[in-house]
Amino acid sequence: MSIATFLIISIIKSVVVIGVLLTAVAYSVWLERKVSAHIQNRWGPTRVGPFGLLQPLADGAKFIFKEDLTQPHVYKPLYIAAPMIAMIFAITSISVVPFGNSIYIPETQVGHLFTIPEIDTPLQIADLNIGLLLILGVTSMGVYGVALAGWASNNKYSLLGGLRASAQMISYEVSLGLSLIPVLIKSGSFSLRAIVESQQHLHWNIFYFPFGTLAFFTYLISAYAETNRTPFDLPEAESELVAGYHTEYSAMKFAMFFMAEYANMVTVACLATLLFFGGWLGPVFGNGLLSIVLPMFWFCLKVFFFMFLYVWVRWTLPRFRYDQLMAFGWKVLLPLAVANIVVTSLYVALTS
Amino acid sequence: MLHLILFLFFGVICVAGAINLLAQSHPINSALSLIVVMGSLAAEYLLLGAEFLAAVQVIVYAGAIMVLFVITIMLLNAGAEERTKGSRVAILLGVPGVVIGAVLVAWTLLFRSNTTSVTIGALPGGPQEIARLLFHQFLLPFEITSVLILIAIMGAVVLASRPDAVAKRHATDTPKAMPELVGAGKER
Repeated sequence: MSIATFLIISIIKSVVVIGVLLTAVAYSVWLERKVSAHIQNRWGPTRVGPFGLLQPLADGAKFIFKEDLTQPHVYKPLYIAAPMIAMIFAITSISVVPFGNSIYIPETQVGHLFTIPEIDTPLQIADLNIGLLLILGVTSMGVYGVALAGWASNNKYSLLGGLRASAQMISYEVSLGLSLIPVLIKSGSFSLRAIVESQQHLHWNIFYFPFGTLAFFTYLISAYAETNRTPFDLPEAESELVAGYHTEYSAMKFAMFFMAEYANMVTVACLATLLFFGGWLGPVFGNGLLSIVLPMFWFCLKVFFFMFLYVWVRWTLPRFRYDQLMAFGWKVLLPLAVANIVVTSLYVALTS
Repeated sequence: MLHLILFLFFGVICVAGAINLLAQSHPINSALSLIVVMGSLAAEYLLLGAEFLAAVQVIVYAGAIMVLFVITIMLLNAGAEERTKGSRVAILLGVPGVVIGAVLVAWTLLFRSNTTSVTIGALPGGPQEIARLLFHQFLLPFEITSVLILIAIMGAVVLASRPDAVAKRHATDTPKAMPELVGAGKER
């Protein structure tokens, strides 16, 4: 494959993936509103389009046309940079997520002048051999957006929210990273594609009892804390901190934090799917287009399940207290993850 | 060719970040410049074929240690630093010192070293090779280092807790009023 072809394919893939991600983000907000409404015996958005399906567009238009306030007491450079930092790192981590098999298109002639060269590309922006580490690294950088937003706003509630968020995120990052190691021990690679391919024939890591199952639950809990979702949404606990780190933000800047939060949720859901639920693996029949579309469908279905779980948990569980959150992370989740690593590696070493 | 361009690009960003780190007067801007330095160093490692080291550099240094730096700066509510006589002396002595050091290093590398050029990816840089080195060849130093870090953590806990002081304060007086906690500071 020549460099020009590679570049064009990469650009096409990036545009498509980012477009899909942002659409998914918009519609997970719709999902959140709809599901929460039904849980509380309401209807949720119904006016804009059928089932309120155009609500995300209306929300977007509202955010764009709102007045973008910048308070005089903020530290401007970081106040403006913080939502961008949050957004950039939230979107970057999708670049190594594989969402299907590879595509192969043989060399074809279009008309007389134009030839499409032979294309053989994985359905993923970049297949790195350190894919998982890149996601962890990028997620750990995402803390800065929230922390700097809280600090630059020059407001007590914002600062407390920012501090809580950064303390919480670096605490749970440890158990998040450690909970993934049993999966890595089993599959023997950091490449997400290789990890998925090691789960063929329903040998999903969630069914790798008890190690994979335990790893999955520690991962899921850490991931909820990492993305600041209920029951761990203390950084923006509205009953104590107004709105936490984004108290002083309005219009598109606020929307960027909002989108970053949901993009992080999508990434975490993708990671759970890839590492524990076999990624795009599932019953595939037919040939040609169907054999490409079906794996993508299974992947999206599993990701949707995790997004739904997110919403379900949010509107079911109450919020933790801050000391409970820290004690749970360091005294329960972390020892559990470490013990799981030790036992799994012993088991693998003794049986293989 | 593309490698060389990218390598130089990130090298320039790295040096610029380091200079900015020294030039900025507010500690949070300095800390952010340090993050840029760490990130571009990670990119350099990646270009040299040490992808595992690059990832660890981002996760550990840029993602964890620097977050603690930033939190500390926020909590201490540190304002812009002032220039004193000491800092003027440091500039007078430091700038020539850095120039001399850089010239010495460059001269040694260019004329005195007998290293041959190595192609990218020829040296072990993947996770498997590094794991084999750490847990086979250098197992004892690795474990000793981890015990050393554990001792440092325990020392920090002992220093931070001071149970007698806490008990005394609880026994005698009511807690003092908290210092006012605000973000970026009013004097701007």
